[in-house]
Amino acid sequence: MPDNSIGREIPSEILAQFSRNMFAGAYVNTPHVRQDKGNRTLPRLNKLVDNLEQVIVKTGLKDGMTISFHHHFRDGDKVVNLVMEAISQMGIKNLTVAASSLSAVHSPMVKHITDKTVSRIFTSGLRGELADAISNGIMDNPVLIHSHGGRARAIESGQIQIDVAFLGVPSCDVYGNANGYTGRSACGSLGYAKVDAGHARKTVLLTDNLVEYPNTPFSIHQDEVDYIVVVDEVGNPEGIGTGATRLTKNPKDILIGSLAAKVIACSGYFEDGFSFQTGSGGASLIATNFIRDYMLAQNIKAAWALGGITGQMVALHEEGLIKRLLDVQSFDREAIRSIGENRYHTEIDASYYANPLNKGCAVNKINVVVLSALEIDTDFNVNVLTGSDGVLRGASGGHCDTAVGAGLTVVVAPLIRGRSATVLERVQTVITPGATVDVLVTDRGVAVNPRRPRVEEQLRKNRIPIIPIAELQQKAERMVGKPEPVQYEKKIVAVVEYRDGTIMDVVRQVRIQ
Amino acid sequence: MMSENRLRRTMLYVPGNNAGMIRDAAIYQSDSIMFDLEDSVSYREKDAARLLVYYSLRTLDFEGIETVVRINGLDTPYGREDIKAMVKARPFAIRLPKTETAQDVLDVETLIAAEEQKNGIPIGTTRMMAAIESPLGVLNAYAIATSSKRLIGIAIGAEDYVTSMKTSRSPDGVELMFARGMLVTAARAAGIGAFDTVYSDLNNEEGLRKEVELIKQLGFDGKSIISPRQIAIVHDVFNPTPKQIANAKMVLQAIEEAKAKGSGVIALNGKMIDKPIVDRAMHTLDLAIASGLIEDARTAMEVSNAR
Repeated sequence: MPDNSIGREIPSEILAQFSRNMFAGAYVNTPHVRQDKGNRTLPRLNKLVDNLEQVIVKTGLKDGMTISFHHHFRDGDKVVNLVMEAISQMGIKNLTVAASSLSAVHSPMVKHITDKTVSRIFTSGLRGELADAISNGIMDNPVLIHSHGGRARAIESGQIQIDVAFLGVPSCDVYGNANGYTGRSACGSLGYAKVDAGHARKTVLLTDNLVEYPNTPFSIHQDEVDYIVVVDEVGNPEGIGTGATRLTKNPKDILIGSLAAKVIACSGYFEDGFSFQTGSGGASLIATNFIRDYMLAQNIKAAWALGGITGQMVALHEEGLIKRLLDVQSFDREAIRSIGENRYHTEIDASYYANPLNKGCAVNKINVVVLSALEIDTDFNVNVLTGSDGVLRGASGGHCDTAVGAGLTVVVAPLIRGRSATVLERVQTVITPGATVDVLVTDRGVAVNPRRPRVEEQLRKNRIPIIPIAELQQKAERMVGKPEPVQYEKKIVAVVEYRDGTIMDVVRQVRIQ
Repeated sequence: MMSENRLRRTMLYVPGNNAGMIRDAAIYQSDSIMFDLEDSVSYREKDAARLLVYYSLRTLDFEGIETVVRINGLDTPYGREDIKAMVKARPFAIRLPKTETAQDVLDVETLIAAEEQKNGIPIGTTRMMAAIESPLGVLNAYAIATSSKRLIGIAIGAEDYVTSMKTSRSPDGVELMFARGMLVTAARAAGIGAFDTVYSDLNNEEGLRKEVELIKQLGFDGKSIISPRQIAIVHDVFNPTPKQIANAKMVLQAIEEAKAKGSGVIALNGKMIDKPIVDRAMHTLDLAIASGLIEDARTAMEVSNAR
């Protein structure tokens, strides 16, 4: 009868019966367990790595792999550029960048596309120089655009396999417990990063704020983290809460916001215990304040709000008008403060928020959502990705996720922006299908989707004037005329994926006139 | 549509050289829109603004909202050109700045009439408003108010006036008490509208509300406003309360009952209802209908029947 490493007799048939191996020593099979017991002069157990180059080597990052980033630092993000520069210096090529979103601050990515460090991009949005370059056909492979829910679905289902996630965190301890609301680069919720941390083959945290262990309460857990690198700064606080708190003084936004609130109040969905989400655009933000007026006047409280949490929602929460906040992304400083302070301001990850194929995401339960639009067509299809010139300049975000989930989806937009009509016969790009949009509120009238006769009846009963969307389109055209159609090349520069993983639309390279 | 009796609680200033604001002026539902060719337009842009306002009035749909154009004075090189263009553009009214005497009104009227004749527009089509902005104008208020049948109202412009008076504007407006009283009295004596000056501290909503409460109590019809953001507050102050509306409806009902009985004497709750009470009730209901507080067609019809 064989002995194990500590001399205990273990019959072979027992090993066979339980399909087990013989005990071979306390440290043999568990590489993360400390081997320095009894030696107090050795450094404490940690996952710290000296610098980015070393950590990239340790993760085993090779040509052709997939790396991921989150966008909680928005325009204040320093992580993407820092990591990409290091990877590029090391000569690794042909990577897929699967970011939850990219913004104007990521223009150095253009260089990494040109030098072949990056060959594919998956993202929710694109803006600025990077977006312009991609619209002009700089990439060989089209960018894949997905919604926040669609990305979570793709990661959880294994459709996207992240080899290494590089996640910037405002605070973490030496073992990888991280949260988003402490530190100079505080960004609030780490909802998008949580999905990556949970599913990447290797997870690297970058932080500018190493704190005492354990960093509770934590959003990213030590058991998901491989390595930690301390850098000078992960984010620029100025860019993180990009002005979203400031309430608009634009009279047109105020007009649209107040009308949207009135529509909601009259829609039949406005009752005690309802739930809602409002986006971050000017009209959408101020709509929250007008909704508050109706809540006070009619003694109505919301059970919860979802988001994209803003300072406006926090104010309503602290006033007792919204009982609970579910926060996948904190839009401004007030929201960042609140998620750290308020017991019922709860962080959720992107899958909980909007993954259509998990066992139940939050958008399924929302009653009312207010969303912005760059363009909307007479069939209520919405574009939030490309401008009237056909160039990428926006983000899919949670638009199609919340639109389909909500009981009442209200899209707000001015009828005309500058010289361009917002309501068109055909939008440049479809992000959200018209069947999921209920009401359009513009500065020149409210239109109800003909698929929703009961909503229309309800609004008419409350004396809200309704006009057919085709009439709005005509009205706009009378004022600004019919523009020459945008000229495109054959080449496809971006593919729009619907949240379920099917292909909704494609974006082509714009033709330079 | 356009008439003397329509409500003029808010007259929204729109700089005549701002195409975007002109295009959007109608969406905010002020009672009137006033396109300005005068003080908000610099000398270099006078011609451009005149053309812009001209073509805007000819082509854009202002959705039934009353349009007014403030022209430059005849003492400037632009006043006559403004009149020529605006008579053809057909706003509801032309507003004169800095009116000091009845003759100022008559001079402009002569030019307007000539243009109407030249363009085959019925004489008298173009209505007028006069802004009074000086101590002399205030003292001549009644003469100005009665100088022309085209006048729909007179307005006070406070900034120049308080400067001439060697004072400045204060929160409670004590420096304007005499001018406002004089103006509103002259307008009422002449049977035309009285309009108050702008409130320029755009972010002070409480201050605006107080001022509107004051001028409403003095008897003004409304006020010039410098931003769409001021509309809701002004309309809110002018809106009748539910109690006032209910009371006005009862007055109306009493009239109906008296008519049915063939009685010349109208009584409500044992009190006789005389003409001032009826007029006030009508005005209350007009305001209520305009602000959407009453929308049923029946009441609107009763109001017009009772007139």
